[in-house]
Amino acid sequence: MEDPRKMKSFLVSTKAVFLKDWRSELRTRYALSALVMFVLTTIAIIVFAFGGESPSQEVLAGVLWVIIFFSGMSGLARTFVAEEERGTSLTLQLLSTPTAVLFGKLAFNVVLIIIVNTLAVLLFLFFFSTFRVSSVGLFVTTLALGSIGLASASTIIAAIIARANTKGSLFPVLSLPLLLPLLMTVIHATSLSSEGAFFSEGLDDFRILVSYIGAVTGVSYILFDYVWKD
Amino acid sequence: MSGKIKNRRLKQVLGLWTTAVIILALGLPMVAHPSHWGELPLIPGLEQRARIIFFHVPTAWLSVIAFLTSMWFGIRYLRKKSPDDDIKSVTHAGLGLLFCILATVTGSIWAKFNWGSFWNWDPRETSIFVLLLIYGAYFALRSAIDVEEKRATLSAVYSIIAGVIAPFFIFILPRITAGLHPGSADDVNSGPVVSSGGMNASMRVIFYSSVAAFIGMYLWMSNLRIRATRLVQAQELESRKQ
Repeated sequence: MEDPRKMKSFLVSTKAVFLKDWRSELRTRYALSALVMFVLTTIAIIVFAFGGESPSQEVLAGVLWVIIFFSGMSGLARTFVAEEERGTSLTLQLLSTPTAVLFGKLAFNVVLIIIVNTLAVLLFLFFFSTFRVSSVGLFVTTLALGSIGLASASTIIAAIIARANTKGSLFPVLSLPLLLPLLMTVIHATSLSSEGAFFSEGLDDFRILVSYIGAVTGVSYILFDYVWKD
Repeated sequence: MSGKIKNRRLKQVLGLWTTAVIILALGLPMVAHPSHWGELPLIPGLEQRARIIFFHVPTAWLSVIAFLTSMWFGIRYLRKKSPDDDIKSVTHAGLGLLFCILATVTGSIWAKFNWGSFWNWDPRETSIFVLLLIYGAYFALRSAIDVEEKRATLSAVYSIIAGVIAPFFIFILPRITAGLHPGSADDVNSGPVVSSGGMNASMRVIFYSSVAAFIGMYLWMSNLRIRATRLVQAQELESRKQ
């Protein structure tokens, strides 16, 4: 990638893959509508499950990430599974390089999960009056880094399970062990932010999140060739 | 012929070695102030329950070693695409799962008697739980892919990705956070950690002999399993030709 022209062509084809997925998403709104309804129903179930109780901040921080994790699990595999179902993965293999496909789809998943997570947080604030976000900067950074981390790990897993027979049920099974360090860190940072901690108190968690994203994206970049090529 | 005799000798040595380890580990008395090699130290708070270290710790170590070995053969498969590497990779993963279950069950029964409940979400319990999840996911993935080459490639990729994440749970988290296992961040009374006080020389010798016995059994089992799988695959090839 030292060659600037190669770098430029990589960026162009990555953008093309991203725009292709984005346009087909806007046409069908398959993943977005499914995810939005998923978030809404899950929050409704949790509201009824709590009854009249007002749970503590730690519990709510955990519940928020449970919703985000499972909504990610129901929508993030879509980009790769759709290619297999439509039978377009071979065409994409011919027309684009594996690296561009990986990063294009990763960008699409990041955008998708950030939209869904923003919505989930807004609904969460609306339905749970006891859930406070005292340090907004800390909370927004946690949400952004958590979303990127969630997307980066689930994109490569989605590429793997798109080739298997039982796609839907396999996705959370393969993803959970990889996402557990991420979830533990973001839940901790989220409860810090609702306690009103300073931004600097979350720096340790952010360091873990950034290194997690770097490690997972790096290893996906190295291994994606084996997953993608037939 | 001489190879067969040598193998039989090796098995006999392993059997005698393991028997000696079991007898010494369970039979040597534990006293407050050990005066010669035949006495083990009595650790306050653990007493006779300290003997679990001879069996539980080697199984837990082996479950990690087997995971790394399986990952190593996975990497070799991706480089050379030799089906034999995939057989080795899946064999080591299978044995790793076995030792992982053994470590979880022995530890959990012991925890009931020493810490009061079967499961406490101590950081090390979390790490073995994650390892179990990874092994489970690995075999779930393998069973969901029919094409042999694709199955080998994808499961190798998955084990490498898991191998990047798992060390965080296995080597880092249990040491930087507070927990019940020896070696945790808040560990002040130094339990029977292998490297620090609490254990005397004979306890350490028995412990490492036990590790050697477990590794011997592990090598024997993996060797048997790999050879059996090779035979099964050769037979399948033969029947396909006919």
